[in-house]
Amino acid sequence: MTNEKVLLMMGCPEVPIQTSIALYLSHKLTNLGFDVTVAGTTAASKLLKVSDSDGYYVKKLVDLDKTIVDIIEKRADFDVCFAFMHNDAGMTYAATMSSISQAGMYSIVFGRNAEALAETIEFDCEKIVAQDVHNPVRLKNKLDKVTEAIIK
Amino acid sequence: MSCIEQMKYKIHLERTSFKDAREYIEKNSDEVYYVSPGYKIFKDYYIIGVPLIAVGAKNNTLIFTYTKPCYGSFVLSIENEDSIKEINRLRESEKEKVTASLKKDKTPESSKKIAASYQDMWKE
Repeated sequence: MTNEKVLLMMGCPEVPIQTSIALYLSHKLTNLGFDVTVAGTTAASKLLKVSDSDGYYVKKLVDLDKTIVDIIEKRADFDVCFAFMHNDAGMTYAATMSSISQAGMYSIVFGRNAEALAETIEFDCEKIVAQDVHNPVRLKNKLDKVTEAIIK
Repeated sequence: MSCIEQMKYKIHLERTSFKDAREYIEKNSDEVYYVSPGYKIFKDYYIIGVPLIAVGAKNNTLIFTYTKPCYGSFVLSIENEDSIKEINRLRESEKEKVTASLKKDKTPESSKKIAASYQDMWKE
């Protein structure tokens, strides 16, 4: 059991695979012994909450902007952060997180413009990129390899 | 909801990329200061952004970026008593940086410098 604190940072939920991957990754990392918190916008959090109404896959669900303020004000921090992004705003939030937190950063880049968006990332992180919108399997498989590497 | 949404603001650019928002501020401000992500302005707005984040001043107007996850980045400006305070705070921070730099017998750095930072901008 690692007990390392992991933050899954969801952005705009416009691209469908974000919700399923967040649920999957939260559950997987929790089972591996990580202390997982999922942060999201109001809409992203509602999607997650309805999908997982008993909190089986996501134990801790928090507000994205409030979490960022807590980190800035040094009331909280994480060891690892997975930042979801499919647009420039998502990348901007992840860049902010990279700057204010000590967490090791993983950028989950998806959607139709994933490749181009990934190229705009300037901060230090591992990029997991899949040009997918509806089918989460390719991204899930890539994340499985990343989580295997993390626990080694 | 941050205090910005309850203030009287002007939108200069909307639903754009952060890079374009930064360039707009650089081109349309009389003074430009660079701050770290998380720099706090007004009552409770912590700026979200990609370093270096430009904050502009034009007369008594503060020009800054505002990023929303679903809508992209905006360039907003606010002119009121608080914006004057914020501009003065940025100017003071810049002066302190230059003074500290002179004390260390180093060449003052250019204005393209972090005016005030919550913590070190670049992680090791």
